[in-house]
Amino acid sequence: MTGCRLAVDIGGTFTDVVLETPSGFVSDKVLTTPAAPEQGVLNGVRQVLARANAAASDVGIAIHGATLATNAIIERKGARTALIATRGFRDTLEFAFGHRFDQYDLLMQRPEPLVPRPLRLEAAERVAADGGVLLPLDEASTRGLAKTLRAEKVESVAICFMHGYRNPAHEARARELLLAEAPELHVSVSHEICPEIREYERTSTTVANAYVQPLIASYLGRLTEGLRAMGLTAPLLMIMSSGSLASVETAKRFPIRLVESGPAGGAILGQHVARQVGAEKAIALDMGGTTAKIILLNNFEPRHARSLEVARVQRFLAGSGLPLRIPVIDMIEIGAGGGSIASVDSLGRIVVGPRSAGASPGPACYGLGGGQPTISDADLLLGKLDPDGFAGGTMRLDEAAARSAIETEVAAKMGVDAATAAAGIVEIVDENMANATRVHASDHGDEIESRTLIATGGAAPLHAGRIARKLGVDRVVIPVGAGVGSAHGFLKAPVAYEAVASHVLSLKSFDNTAINALFARLRAEARKIVDLGVGYGPIAERRFADMRYRGQGHDLQVEIPAREYAANDAAALAELFDSTYRRVYNRVIPGLAVEALTWTLVLSRAPPASLSDAPNAIPAASLAEAAGVRRVFDADVGAFVEASVFARGKMKPGARFSGPALIVEDQTTTFAPSAFDGIVSPEGHIVLTRRSQA
Amino acid sequence: MSDGFDRIKKQVMWDRLLSLVEEQARTLMRVAFSTVVREAGDLSAGVFNARGEMLAQAVTGTPGHVNSMARSVKHFIAEFPLDTMRDGDAYITNDPWKGTGHLFDFTVVSPAFHGGKLVAIFAATAHVADIGGNGPSPDSRDVFAEGLFIPLTQLMSAGVMNALLMKLARANSREPDKLEGDIHALVASNEAGAARLRSMLGEYGLADIEDLSAHILESTDRSMREAIAALPKGSWTSSMRIDGFDEPIDFVATLTIGDDMIHVDFAGTSPMSRHGVNCPMCYADAYTTFGVKCVVAPRLAHNHAVLSRIKVTAPEGSILNAPFPAPVTARAIIGQMLPDAVFGCFDKARPGLAPAEGTAASWTLRLAGDPGLTGHAGGARFSAQSFQSGGMGAHPLGDGLAATPFPSGVRAIAVEITEALTPIVFWRKELRADSGGAGKFRGGLGQIVEVGSREDAPFAVFARFERVENPARGRNGGCDGAAGAVRLASGKTLASKGLHVIPAGDRLIAEMPGGGGYGAPAERDPQALARDVRDGYVSPAAARDVYRRE
Repeated sequence: MTGCRLAVDIGGTFTDVVLETPSGFVSDKVLTTPAAPEQGVLNGVRQVLARANAAASDVGIAIHGATLATNAIIERKGARTALIATRGFRDTLEFAFGHRFDQYDLLMQRPEPLVPRPLRLEAAERVAADGGVLLPLDEASTRGLAKTLRAEKVESVAICFMHGYRNPAHEARARELLLAEAPELHVSVSHEICPEIREYERTSTTVANAYVQPLIASYLGRLTEGLRAMGLTAPLLMIMSSGSLASVETAKRFPIRLVESGPAGGAILGQHVARQVGAEKAIALDMGGTTAKIILLNNFEPRHARSLEVARVQRFLAGSGLPLRIPVIDMIEIGAGGGSIASVDSLGRIVVGPRSAGASPGPACYGLGGGQPTISDADLLLGKLDPDGFAGGTMRLDEAAARSAIETEVAAKMGVDAATAAAGIVEIVDENMANATRVHASDHGDEIESRTLIATGGAAPLHAGRIARKLGVDRVVIPVGAGVGSAHGFLKAPVAYEAVASHVLSLKSFDNTAINALFARLRAEARKIVDLGVGYGPIAERRFADMRYRGQGHDLQVEIPAREYAANDAAALAELFDSTYRRVYNRVIPGLAVEALTWTLVLSRAPPASLSDAPNAIPAASLAEAAGVRRVFDADVGAFVEASVFARGKMKPGARFSGPALIVEDQTTTFAPSAFDGIVSPEGHIVLTRRSQA
Repeated sequence: MSDGFDRIKKQVMWDRLLSLVEEQARTLMRVAFSTVVREAGDLSAGVFNARGEMLAQAVTGTPGHVNSMARSVKHFIAEFPLDTMRDGDAYITNDPWKGTGHLFDFTVVSPAFHGGKLVAIFAATAHVADIGGNGPSPDSRDVFAEGLFIPLTQLMSAGVMNALLMKLARANSREPDKLEGDIHALVASNEAGAARLRSMLGEYGLADIEDLSAHILESTDRSMREAIAALPKGSWTSSMRIDGFDEPIDFVATLTIGDDMIHVDFAGTSPMSRHGVNCPMCYADAYTTFGVKCVVAPRLAHNHAVLSRIKVTAPEGSILNAPFPAPVTARAIIGQMLPDAVFGCFDKARPGLAPAEGTAASWTLRLAGDPGLTGHAGGARFSAQSFQSGGMGAHPLGDGLAATPFPSGVRAIAVEITEALTPIVFWRKELRADSGGAGKFRGGLGQIVEVGSREDAPFAVFARFERVENPARGRNGGCDGAAGAVRLASGKTLASKGLHVIPAGDRLIAEMPGGGGYGAPAERDPQALARDVRDGYVSPAAARDVYRRE
């Protein structure tokens, strides 16, 4: 049984392990073991191999994602880390963006920097914006810093000098000097971790990398050893926040690129489903217990970005966290999940989230002592959840407790009945998700109405129909296993690497030689990584340039041809910029000079076709058989309606039904509003389509 | 349940309005050319009902637009009656008295139509790159010298741009492309908001937003009245002195809290200045209202109902109510002081309501290379604005933030960005030890910034720095923050106001003020003090001498 593929995702509570064999998937959930996460992984792998009757040597490739880096930052459990900055700039980390992210809050506090001020050291040196040296690096005093680092028991160091992205010589030399004195140090340098202009973001990213590096490096060392001892010799690839795969060595050097690997797995799954159902433009909505994540896909691909914020002091308030400039899948996250708590504010308005009841005590209806009304409680009162069928019937939901929580905390305060309050709570959270999607789309000038909404996570399939109505979207897809974790997605990820470099130039003085040399360098860097993808497809190359009108602040990422450039290619690049600009902003501004700032090269190799992905024959249409009827509130209609109830497990591909309907499975329930028709696709996905309004 | 659900629908539509002004603002930020708009957030966007009453405003970086843009819409409606507005029309002005206080701020107002009926008005304001005249210099004798003045004017008729106006505007700006781009951005921003509003009306099958508007204004008004009811009633007067240009300026504020109104009057405040630091009344109103709202109802949505219960007055001819054609271009330096002036009154009304004084007026470095200014022919021509700030005042419940602007909400521009665009080099930008006023809660630290040029050429700085003679005062036993200072690296102290030429090879050093402390230093938590000493915020000497600890 050779050629099996293994995927492992370490989440906060559970570690998911999936093995893909020629005869299908075998998966398992084991408890995460935070003190030594490799223990949980190794246990899970052993169990899955045993259940599949496979040997460790049958595994051809192993793919791994983990939230360890994120958690280390949020819980402040990283290494004792120092920063070495250009003299006069050690406080860059503390100044942050130099603004108040909350306009009216006089008590606003910023996140504590990862490096305390006494460990923010300085080197005498200065590089100018064009890379020229204004002050040579003082080697003697730099070497002397090693002594301080040792005395302070520092494990990891970030070196970030002004304009280090433009001329890395001083950073590189400082690293040499330190390692010569203290070879045990982990050293992260800004020109490797984040070679981009803007000192705060670059320093923040480099420091975060240094902060998690010892932890991740030692964990990955123990894991590879443990797997080898088990007889698993296949290459191990790590899933990065960009949704691509990279080697363990890369992950050890750039551990900060692992931060959002879990949600990235979800995004890849969304991408896969979008291709299967032919949804070229889609919205992937993943709504779980505490948060909802929203991703826009164009041409079947999630939008990529190069910045995110972690460890926000005020959850979901932009600007209140630590900025990271790394390749990521562009997503927004808001406090909207099944456990989000509803209350009434001083204006008599319903407020939902960002506080969440979590898994414990959980929603009031779990009967575990939670007295605050949540989204799940409201869904229960509205008939969307079956009190006896929750989690495959393993857990009975307490309708009386849900009603009482909603009555006390919301209905009484508004002077309405419990059902109205429940409808209000759900309506507000649905509006929050729709608004977040709209604002996210408007940041990129993206259309919404023409998209397909792909709903995953335990709570999304209950809410997607209404959100679709609010967004003017006509098609909703609820994939097979919509409620299951992201490890499945890992198996669909390409082996890819994104290399980035800043080189500011005006297209009027386009220097093709310099740019060709830059891309050659980036290509060589990326090549080392993608060569590891044994069994994956041929190498595809894509290039991008961040361009803007000279003087304009917002850069647009423009895809440019992947080839050598001639001196007269500037006109072609300008044209590509214009067409992208027109698409996003509906206009171009004639006669303005265009400049390019940052250049990106992506090499990728597609995953092998899934062993179990063979397309089924087009099934014959049939009418699905309802298992019952339930009264459920349809917000589009503004009233309770009689919905047919179907068991998803019994629906065959081709099965058709009409809304209002509820489709029940173990991990989630899908609500098809009255205005939708549904069908099960050949792959088993539920596809809801709005009936055309006659 | 239909009645109840109807109310929830209104809440949802209210949320939608808040979201659509956010989209409106982001569109503006995305498309704008002016650096201060996109990097620093110097803009605003809002939606109004058909009577010109503001229903929602995006939360952006500029309290100076808080109330002024809202009033501006009323001026437009008076000039261009609603029944003359057509779909695709738009109007524009940079009138400091009918807009947001100086010629740099352009406001564009656009009616939104649905089913042939005018249903709402959108307005957006942005600080443009250049409008001619003396630029940012406060040395003009009157507004005529400060740049091109565009009165309330029709910008677009049924979708067609006023070409003559654009031609004139371009001809009067040193940055015509950016100015034109910014005007387009304002139009696009309003269009984005209107399109979203129309789709909401379609979705809910509504002909207009009159019911929604009534719902928003009534429920906000109820909460605002409750917030005012919780405050002590009476009148309190407080004064604050700042450095001023040629002579000190006194703000005298009298706060009167009635049963359902708050009134701030500035009788006794210094007369207007011959420099361009005067505030048109609308601008003084904006910053005062912002300060009041921070104390009274920080979480309340921002709309007409809140604004109409806060009244601000100042004697005509005072620096807070300077009539046309007074020079006003640098009015922010005065306006940004007003929350501190109001906080003084609130502290008297009930100690514990308001924080200590802070830096207040930003220490923005306005730098330029220009032979006309420096008398030196060589060197690059450039101009740069680098937003910087001293510390905030301590709060009754916590330390003040270091090097953070308040009340302004703008973001700093990265040093590397400024250096990539100009020959300027920052040699340091670091916290200034012992500058935060001592207290139970410490004032925020100021910072020290040192800048030179890469070229062997002089450069100019337009100095307008405050709190050099009159530092931020502590409250309730807290000490004053450190005063600011400006000097050359070679030693000479520079005046805090006026144009200075930094000689070739020399550097400018700005030591920015700290915020005032709150409560007696002796009451400071020993652990917090130990941490301050460890981090170098407080020197061991100050810990001993000021806090009386070892």
